[in-house]
Amino acid sequence: MLLNQFLLLAAFLFCTGIYGVLTRRHTVLVLMSIELMLAAVNLNLVAFGAFHNSPVGQVFALFVLTIAAAEVGVGLAIVLLIYRNLHSSDLDDVDLLKG
Amino acid sequence: MVAENVFFGLIAAAMVISALGVVTTKNVVHAALFLVIVLAGGAAQFILLGQEFVAWVQVLVYIGAVIVLFLFGIMLTRAPMHPDENLGNDLRWPGAAASLFLLGILGGLLVHTYHATEVNIDAPIRTATITNEIFNTYIIPFEVVGVLLLSALVGAVVLARRD
Repeated sequence: MLLNQFLLLAAFLFCTGIYGVLTRRHTVLVLMSIELMLAAVNLNLVAFGAFHNSPVGQVFALFVLTIAAAEVGVGLAIVLLIYRNLHSSDLDDVDLLKG
Repeated sequence: MVAENVFFGLIAAAMVISALGVVTTKNVVHAALFLVIVLAGGAAQFILLGQEFVAWVQVLVYIGAVIVLFLFGIMLTRAPMHPDENLGNDLRWPGAAASLFLLGILGGLLVHTYHATEVNIDAPIRTATITNEIFNTYIIPFEVVGVLLLSALVGAVVLARRD
């Protein structure tokens, strides 16, 4: 197998995640796009770990997984708070800093 | 070696289609289910690379826990369960241009740098090797991640409770 096929797949997933973050309006969908980007990074780490035949890629992928789980927990709590205060989960409605 | 590439192609096609589904579907619940396919495909790619432990952790943590959290989030914010036209903003073309630009740069760099690099998997990496690595070399980051998880837990509870 070529190393590049994994890296190009990860690059595609990352760019799809960026597209989602830029164009989605619903907060939960933006969080899902961020998850997509984190999954792409994990694929890169594991591919390089396999390429160097070392366990370090997996170790770092595990750290990224843990941080992704923490990020989703806190992120969804914030989404819930936004919904409770603004009665909307639309990111365009969160414009309190706009003059 | 051909069988590996065939499997890679099939899984990668499913992942690409589902990733596009996550960012373009008009139904919030469908986006979560598309995300399941992408993450399961990622776990399958990890197994293809001989890295089994992280593959099963991905299945447990992402598909088992994170997707359930997303579904709870969708439910608690009373997101529309039917197709909704207003899920995207009016940045569709600038967003597509930005991500395609980045994809072009990344793809060009990767093809230029690794155009013929092969990855050869002799044997899968055993879980014992990974745990040795975590509990010897990376013990301090491991503990820090534990504290981070605790603080994220407390923070989420503090943010979400009503008082």
